[in-house]
Amino acid sequence: MAGIASYGAYIPLHRLSRPDIQKAWDSMMPIPGEKAVAGYDEDSITMAVAAARDCLTGIDRQKVDRVYFASTTSPYKEKQAASVVAGALGLSKNTLTMDFSGSLRSGTNALRAATDAVESGAAENVLIACAETRIGAPNGDKEMSFGDGAAVLLVAKNGPVNIEGSVSVFQEFHDQWRSDKDTYVRSWEERFAREAGYTRIVPPTVAAALQKFNLSPSDIAKAAIYAPDPRLLGMAAGKMGFDPMAQLQDPMYMSVGNTGCALSLMMLVAALEDAKAGDNLLCASYGDGCDVFVLKVADGIDKIKDRRAIKRHLEPKMMIPNYLKYMQWRGLVETQAQPRPPINHISVPALWRDMDWGLSLHGVKCKNCGTPQYPRQRVCVICQATDNFEPYSFADKKATISSFSHDNLAASIDPPTTIAAVDFEEGGRIVCNMVDRDPEEVKTGMPVEMVFRKVHYFEGIHNYWWKCTPIRC
Amino acid sequence: MGSFKGIRDKVAIIGMGCSKFGEHWDKHQNDLIFEATKEAIEDAKIELKDIEAAWAGTWVSGFDGRCLADPLKLQYIPVTRVENACASGSDAFRNACYAVASGAYDICLAVGFEKLKDSGWSGLPDQQSVPSNRYPDRTAPGMFALMATTYFSKYGLSPEEGKRMIGMVSVKSHHNGTLNPKAHLRREVTIEQVMNAPIIAWPLGLFDCCGVSDGAAAAIVVSADKAKDYRPDPVYVKALQISVCPSEGEQRADYDFTQVKATVRAGEAAYAEAGVTNPREEISMAELHDCFSITEAVTCEDLQFSPRGKVKEDIESGFFDLTGGLPVQPDGGLKSFGHPIGASGVRMLYEMYLQLQGRADQRQLKDPKLGLTHNLGGIPISNTVSVLIIGL
Repeated sequence: MAGIASYGAYIPLHRLSRPDIQKAWDSMMPIPGEKAVAGYDEDSITMAVAAARDCLTGIDRQKVDRVYFASTTSPYKEKQAASVVAGALGLSKNTLTMDFSGSLRSGTNALRAATDAVESGAAENVLIACAETRIGAPNGDKEMSFGDGAAVLLVAKNGPVNIEGSVSVFQEFHDQWRSDKDTYVRSWEERFAREAGYTRIVPPTVAAALQKFNLSPSDIAKAAIYAPDPRLLGMAAGKMGFDPMAQLQDPMYMSVGNTGCALSLMMLVAALEDAKAGDNLLCASYGDGCDVFVLKVADGIDKIKDRRAIKRHLEPKMMIPNYLKYMQWRGLVETQAQPRPPINHISVPALWRDMDWGLSLHGVKCKNCGTPQYPRQRVCVICQATDNFEPYSFADKKATISSFSHDNLAASIDPPTTIAAVDFEEGGRIVCNMVDRDPEEVKTGMPVEMVFRKVHYFEGIHNYWWKCTPIRC
Repeated sequence: MGSFKGIRDKVAIIGMGCSKFGEHWDKHQNDLIFEATKEAIEDAKIELKDIEAAWAGTWVSGFDGRCLADPLKLQYIPVTRVENACASGSDAFRNACYAVASGAYDICLAVGFEKLKDSGWSGLPDQQSVPSNRYPDRTAPGMFALMATTYFSKYGLSPEEGKRMIGMVSVKSHHNGTLNPKAHLRREVTIEQVMNAPIIAWPLGLFDCCGVSDGAAAAIVVSADKAKDYRPDPVYVKALQISVCPSEGEQRADYDFTQVKATVRAGEAAYAEAGVTNPREEISMAELHDCFSITEAVTCEDLQFSPRGKVKEDIESGFFDLTGGLPVQPDGGLKSFGHPIGASGVRMLYEMYLQLQGRADQRQLKDPKLGLTHNLGGIPISNTVSVLIIGL
């Protein structure tokens, strides 16, 4: 039987207050809470990488034989995102990579495919990296409700969480859609979507799944069920026979928002954080149909609870100072060009050549003097020994900064540009940008961690590299 | 230094010229090259046709020997463009001197120039035709600010104390610049203005940064034994040193930003070549690469003008003022001239040359013997540094 061997999640540090959106548009309907917003240098790929690094804590990455990236917001229409994720994680070149897209069920579709692959023996360790960064049209209900986030599951033969099985139905239905020409999600009238869609599809599929595994609603410790808004979930809970307060996993509407195809998996991760051996869990997604999973938590769940997952990502946060800043981060407002030389070229051969050091932050370690160095060298910076190196990964090494500056001249969407000299505890230095920081809090000697982020976008190429941040939690 | 023997007293400068530095909207670099060279050949009392070989120092304003041959209509002589970041002008001069010292030529020309104000960018333009895929926008103030952060922290200066220390460097240079008709910025500033100026790259404020300018400067060199045929007061080359850092600071965590090793090495080599054993006492005056106020402060330590960590005392006592024991930036420095990359190294030499000949007007120092120029290209973690010494 397939199981979940590990889990991880990612929620961007930045949050936008819904009253700030309301204030910006002078709109009448007060909506409380806040939504998680990807930083200006984050997208579904970088968030998937962040959650995957959380999930793979303490796990031999070379064991991963498949990566399923799931999102409706891949930065590319044509070009795989899973391969970028696998590259950033430094996975084996033999890893099978796939993208699941197009549906709010993409996350659970990937989970189903992974379950089938493991159960059939075709794969042993499948990493499902699900991330979402949907943009709601300005001054609309979706702008209020959408949030950004990621969840990652490692599906393997023996996990502390058994995947008992799943039930799926499809429904060809336009309640919500986004064509290849649309930037924003469109939807039909909410009442139609609610009555002809969600409430007719989700409760019966949940009931079918419970019946299939001889469970009654009261046997479920936590149900992680997607809903476009918490009101609808509350209404459907009664139909499904769940006690909304005790049994429904919080959809994080007040703190994160609707993270699309990542939401039910993020809720499942949150449920796993609190789960104990013997618990039955249910996870359901909705979009052009419904996927329902039934899971049973076994012994060993406590061994994988040292993840940041949902709880530890939720707590530390930084409020986006105003709505315009959010608009600028998402590229929804054109601003005056900064008087700096523009990025007007990206070299694809150089990107390809630099895959190891550029994408997965690999440097080298001198076999003669033992000094780690970044990027890759042919002559040792310390002892000048030549071509006597072994590969060395910097991504997860402990580091502090020995110097920094806050640069207002450098072109940036979020000035000042904080530059830091990152000195690694086991040796080596990388001079790079620091993000997700409060300039007032930056001090020499402060511990930092490396994060995978986007540095440029030009002519359709998203160009990723690494930056540092203060230790998130 | 290995077996390097140097060329002390083998080459002399017989003529120099320098354009006014500034925002020359109405001038092409060819105009600036011509103006600087014209002044230099008139100073040397030679003609353009007497020049046997020439070197051009520029960062982005020209790409080969034609950048001099064309505006000066040099007649089929060898001309080479030299590029060594902000030290390009100093390196062009060095090449011209070596050509004379080798005996290959009698009269050589070195011109440093840069036309930055056609780009429209704030700060410096981008030199790379294929920019790095990975590194985000790295600016000079951003990278030099790392020096200030670490210097303050290492020597226990609060941001206020640190900014006051480097602020006094700028106050001094601005004052000297008011006395120089060729400087770009000619106004006094107060320490309060400097410290309260808008931040460019924390902790560096507007007045901690040099400006962006257009300019050119030129030098005519001949072999020392023929120098007096041209003028009674030639100035002799005592040391020409360049040290290039293998980008260690980019990778080595033991580089702490409070010194520039290439300056230390180039300085030591230059002192050895010139026979200087006590720089603080023997060097009469210096033009240092004050691209930022913190750079000048750290350079004073790197060149042994001040003991390590003690430059603050010398700054506060006025040791580097025009009236002090070792005047630094008597012409106003990059701070007042701005930094047309290729021009700056030769512009520094121009001031030392004038001072040694007693022609520095209101800025004239009393009886200088040895003048040092320090030209730093790159950033603290990766750089190319020239230290030249000239004297009577």
